[in-house]
Amino acid sequence: MNTGQPEQEGRPIGRRVLLGTLGLGALGVVAAPTLQRGLESFLGSAADKDPTGLTGLLPNGGGFRYYSVASSVPHKNATTYRLTVDGLVDRPRTYMLADLRALPQTRMVRDVQCVTGWRVPDTPFEGVRLSRLLDAAGVRPSAGAVRFTCFDGTYSESLTLDQARRADVLVALRMQDEDLSHAHGGPVRLYVAPMYFYKSAKWLSGITVTEDVRPGYWEERGYDIDAWVGRSNGRDDEPTS
Amino acid sequence: MSLRADAPAAATTVRRFSRAERWVHRTTAALMGVCVLTAACLYIPELAELVGRRALVVTVHEWAGLALPVPVLAGLASRAFRGDLRLLNRFGPHDRVWLRAALRRDKRRAARPAGKFNAGQKIYAAWIAGATLVMLGTGLIMWFTHLTPLVWRTSATFVHDWLALTIGIVLAGHIGMALADPEARRGMRTGSVSGEWAEREHPLWRR
Repeated sequence: MNTGQPEQEGRPIGRRVLLGTLGLGALGVVAAPTLQRGLESFLGSAADKDPTGLTGLLPNGGGFRYYSVASSVPHKNATTYRLTVDGLVDRPRTYMLADLRALPQTRMVRDVQCVTGWRVPDTPFEGVRLSRLLDAAGVRPSAGAVRFTCFDGTYSESLTLDQARRADVLVALRMQDEDLSHAHGGPVRLYVAPMYFYKSAKWLSGITVTEDVRPGYWEERGYDIDAWVGRSNGRDDEPTS
Repeated sequence: MSLRADAPAAATTVRRFSRAERWVHRTTAALMGVCVLTAACLYIPELAELVGRRALVVTVHEWAGLALPVPVLAGLASRAFRGDLRLLNRFGPHDRVWLRAALRRDKRRAARPAGKFNAGQKIYAAWIAGATLVMLGTGLIMWFTHLTPLVWRTSATFVHDWLALTIGIVLAGHIGMALADPEARRGMRTGSVSGEWAEREHPLWRR
């Protein structure tokens, strides 16, 4: 062992470890759909019994993930929150939180599907049907779309008028049977049940009826505008509504 | 009698890394650090909430990841760096002894024969290089979603997420071991280590 230069000789194990790691990575990509399904069901059941919440930090650990495109988002409450409805309507209006709470509420329990892959099953949302607010405002015949703006100052979304009038599109005030928390887009967010969750704009502050659809924040960055779960963004998830 | 006892070994210094090698390490570490920090801001809810600016953080993460292999590729121009890569690649009989001892948690010096790099360092180097390339590949699939079949994106995300977690743990081990060994850190910082340290930690080096 001490003769000559023991270091220069020997077998090229390093190269094999490197190539083996690459091979495992490729194998992981191929086997991912199967592995992911197994892990999701395992971690999903483990998360139910996990008091620390650490499983929520694991990939596919279940639960929601916080995405915000703004640097910081102001907090709004019952006294400071306003929702304006304007654009191509006969009766523009500004709602306070209490106004929205006074309207008939609809509760829906559906899966939430994010375009990045995570899915949260059976999540209750509760709020006012968007169609009710649109009808109250009196949409003009020339209108074809609805644009949503948010008090984070950056995010925007849009739906065609037909999509916006669906019964499973809510201006949501409650989620998981609690008032919407700030992290989940409270006090008021959009909830578009049949579409990927980026359509469900958080911190909703403006509803503007327009002639045509204007691409929203992520849509200008490549996401599909008609974001039906399972039929857009190249994904084949189980539809949510 | 013993030459070694007469010569004040601790006073001698030994060159361990060239300037080029240290810069390869420094820039790789900085880029890896950016990747890890931005990843944390995208992934850990509390940090995501604190930092926001998702589109910006994604862009920084993507470009740092793309640049991550560049220092190593540039380092190939250095003869010293190529020489060390050769040493990292080749495993001799003493490396098998070292790995066995590591598995038994045998910390005695005699049980851990090592050349310029011990077997653990060699495995780490090869694995982190492979893992970085897997992260790069899966990252590119997630970035340029229209270049590959779309089913691949979810699969790539799956591998990217879990491998990121693994790399995070292994990197923490790498940094923890460096923190525990000031002389090893001096070697990476200044390029030189004490002869006494070299003799103790890497007895087969310079034989």
